[in-house]
Amino acid sequence: MNYEPVIGLEFHAELSTDTKIYCSCKNEFGQEVNTSCCPVCTGMPGTLPVLNKKVVDYAIKAGLALNCSITRRSKQDRKNYFYPDLPKAYQVSQFDLPLCTDGWVEIEVDGVKKRIGITRIHIEEDAGKLIHAPLGNASLVDFNRCGVPLIEIVSEPDLRSAKEARAYMETLKTILSYIGVSDCKMEEGSLRCDINVSLRPEGQDEFGTRTEMKNVSTFSGGERAIEYEIARQTEILNAGGTIDQETRRWDDVKGENVLLRSKEEAHDYRYFPEPDLMPIVVDEEWIQSIRAELPELPGVKKARYLAEYGITDYEAGLIVDNKEMAHFYEECIALGANPKTVANWVLGDISRFLKDAEMSFGQIPFGADRLCALIKEIDGGAISGTAGKKVLSAMFETAKTPAELIEELGLKQISDTSALEALVEQVIAANPQSLDDYKNGKTRALGFLVGQCMKESRGKGNPQVINQLVLQRLEAYKNA
Amino acid sequence: MKITKEEILHVAQLARLRLSDAEMDELNMEGVIGFANQLSELNLDEVEPTNHVSDVYNVLRADEVKPSFDRDDILKNAPSKERGCVLVPKVVD
Amino acid sequence: MQPYELTIHESAELLRDKKISSRELTQSVLDRINAVEDRVSSYITVDADAALACADKADARIAAGEAGPLTGIPAAIKDNICTKDVATTCASKMLENFVPPYDAFVSKRLKDAGAVLVGKANMDEFAMGSSTETSYFKKTRNPYNLDRVPGGSSGGSAAAVAADEAIFALGSDTGGSVRQPASFCSVVGLKPTYGLVSRYGLVAFASSLDQIGPITKDVTDCATVLNAIAGHDAMDSTSVKMDLPDYCSGLNAGVKGKHIGVPTSYLTGARDDVRKCVENAIAVYRSLGAEVEECDLSSTDYALPAYYIISSAEASSNLARFDGVKYGYRTENFDSLTELYCNTRAEGFGSEVKRRIMLGTYALSSGYYDAYYKKALQARTLIKRNFDEAFAKFDALLTPAYPTTAFSVGEKANNPVEMYAGDLCTVSVNIAGLPAIVLPGGFGTDGMPIGIQLIGNAFSEQTLLGTAYALEQNTDAHTVRPTL
Repeated sequence: MNYEPVIGLEFHAELSTDTKIYCSCKNEFGQEVNTSCCPVCTGMPGTLPVLNKKVVDYAIKAGLALNCSITRRSKQDRKNYFYPDLPKAYQVSQFDLPLCTDGWVEIEVDGVKKRIGITRIHIEEDAGKLIHAPLGNASLVDFNRCGVPLIEIVSEPDLRSAKEARAYMETLKTILSYIGVSDCKMEEGSLRCDINVSLRPEGQDEFGTRTEMKNVSTFSGGERAIEYEIARQTEILNAGGTIDQETRRWDDVKGENVLLRSKEEAHDYRYFPEPDLMPIVVDEEWIQSIRAELPELPGVKKARYLAEYGITDYEAGLIVDNKEMAHFYEECIALGANPKTVANWVLGDISRFLKDAEMSFGQIPFGADRLCALIKEIDGGAISGTAGKKVLSAMFETAKTPAELIEELGLKQISDTSALEALVEQVIAANPQSLDDYKNGKTRALGFLVGQCMKESRGKGNPQVINQLVLQRLEAYKNA
Repeated sequence: MKITKEEILHVAQLARLRLSDAEMDELNMEGVIGFANQLSELNLDEVEPTNHVSDVYNVLRADEVKPSFDRDDILKNAPSKERGCVLVPKVVD
Repeated sequence: MQPYELTIHESAELLRDKKISSRELTQSVLDRINAVEDRVSSYITVDADAALACADKADARIAAGEAGPLTGIPAAIKDNICTKDVATTCASKMLENFVPPYDAFVSKRLKDAGAVLVGKANMDEFAMGSSTETSYFKKTRNPYNLDRVPGGSSGGSAAAVAADEAIFALGSDTGGSVRQPASFCSVVGLKPTYGLVSRYGLVAFASSLDQIGPITKDVTDCATVLNAIAGHDAMDSTSVKMDLPDYCSGLNAGVKGKHIGVPTSYLTGARDDVRKCVENAIAVYRSLGAEVEECDLSSTDYALPAYYIISSAEASSNLARFDGVKYGYRTENFDSLTELYCNTRAEGFGSEVKRRIMLGTYALSSGYYDAYYKKALQARTLIKRNFDEAFAKFDALLTPAYPTTAFSVGEKANNPVEMYAGDLCTVSVNIAGLPAIVLPGGFGTDGMPIGIQLIGNAFSEQTLLGTAYALEQNTDAHTVRPTL
């Protein structure tokens, strides 16, 4: 039998606020263990939380970017469970009145667009970190991450394939980074997903029994985890078995998931309204002030690129997916550069250089004006495209302008016909066989002679000009 | 109000309390839950619950960093610690 | 008269006039502690050296003319209120060695005011109890009769003030924990409006009910301490931002023309001698020109179960952090994380705390939330509404603080339900977040103190203190001191 997968995602993203959600400790990854802590975030007796306004702003911003309704009066709740990385033994989260509800986001897979429903977005605090490795029989607890603000974005069960789920995750990441609320740095664990998967026979309306998978922290991992789970469930169903409602844990290294707890062992979180925190009341004015801060979102931006810049759908997609690249790209265009040419540069050589240097687009060492200057030199014939790549390479090393680098590297190309005529004559004279070949209709000889000329000019001759001159001379000999 | 031993043990498990049989008798959960259960006679379906007695809302803090505590102060009450961290038995999740 | 017998306002005057130094006053209190503490057992921690050092600083401040009304005055703080670098145990084995690296807001306020911290007062473990018998360390005795309990949970604070082991004390009140011991020990105890005094640094029992309040020898002192501890705190989201009056300034306002309600339901269960004290108070108020009428407060009938559900549910969550990981007691018997948790908590908590955690966990657990916790929050709505109706008509409500006088040590210790039932006069005040003061109202047939409770509308502390002051100044119960 053929089964249709039904997938829903709970997407957790750390917010890039300066401080934690309920205390004024710095919210920064990579600090020495237990140094970004205070009595509040380590849950010492008698301490109390005070909500960071920025967290609410950011969550509303995410809600607006994902087409959600903003809850006018929401509250925070305690989710109770014991774990060494959770110092209060409860996580402050939101239960029945999340900040944002009923949104959607558009994803695109293989050129097909699809709208995925967002059930809710709520704010909550992150837990600390357990360090397992170094001590055989013990674990260490680092509380630095305790109280780092998170939003959890819960999707409707609208996804139907691992590919769609991946596209959904990538779209969320792009949007969150566009609106500046989360870095979504996967290597820092600032992004985590719980994935619900169920199968149903094709054509059936009711959902099958779902499993929940935890511990997914990369997009590719998410895609593989879903494929694995679909295969696992398919196998069980095909063998006449039934799926148990259970929580499973994805092991990205082994590429498999294992049972974490059965339905019977499911946690009883005993949610109740957090008495230490007052309600969050959001009025129209607050919503409008945040809406006014929203930048052009990736979907709209891409459509505009396609309409205005004449680049391909693929190119537009790649540029838009990277907020910094899109910014740089638009700056170049604002300076008058040709959109197609700039697209080639940013997606081609610049991306390659950055990748080799393990840098992100935001770390590019020169401004849009410099790239435009370089493009102008090439378009104006001052240097060849090949020389242009050399200049670009140098621009990653020094702060000099393209003009200075062209001078310094001696890359200025010779376009002056009179200066090249003698050289062309000399090369043709030195290669009589090629001349004969040409006369006999072997036009390949033209290319060879142009190449020889370029070599003679040590690459500085303008290839278009040389091509023109060689052709003229050869035709002249042929007709002589 | 009848409450079974299994139910009591389940609640104790949720609360991470080891209870001996003698202690279970001593706690008199049946009596205590019966006491709380006096509310069951009331029909309050139409009444909104009150979480907070005051009507204050939007108690919010500016996103401004303040110095954290010294690690020594954070860890000084920890019963077991190592390498700047609290030490716990190996966690298998 | 010995210095330790002084009130705050009497000592402040002597200190200001340089008739006594804070060192002398503090030494006098320390001597008193030495003389009676083995019988009363008010304190868990007394640090004489630190107290004297603090007194010397206060003397310097007084000499510099920078003294406030509490400068140099020896005080006790309940041991669930965090004091930086001084053990804060909550009278529990669980926190026997816990030394907080921070001060509670009120501790800081008292320090800033120049008060001298003499020690940390005994209490029921984690403030759960009405007799101070559930303390892990010791049982505090009632200074009026050492066979009787001092009440609870702030029994150590009330006994310390009654026995002159401190000039004043701070307690905490979740369901009557300041007021009931004040009643048992013939001192003044105030439970402020929820949000008036910051809870930061008060080890939480029930977050939506807890308030810190003064325990003092008279109403004037109560107002003085309230002035020092009330006010907005950015570290407590439930702390209220508002302009506050000088609570000492309205004491002489009188009660002429004031409307005082007497909820009949609070009197039905009261013992005859307690009822008689209430009647005396009514007579005094009438003689002073107040209009006293009976009033209906019947919704408070379900305040007791609602209180025990709300407070236990919140406590089950608040006390979950005591798990042997970050601070406090850790069992030696464990091979796994689960054993570490379960054994630490089994060994570290006493029976009453376990009972409340169990009840609270049950009330929040899947399938029971609506029947218990949600229902209790709905009952809270009715109770609050009922009080609102009453305060549309009355300036204050007058009730007993407790249906009886102090009971004997051990009398109710093994009967939790009977112990809970005694709290009926006090718990509804916490459920509705209102202020209430208890002051000495006389003595029972057993010679034990009886307290009168006055309940006010939210943030009406100034009126409440004035009303209490009028009764105090026209009765003499507060002039009778225990003989030890």
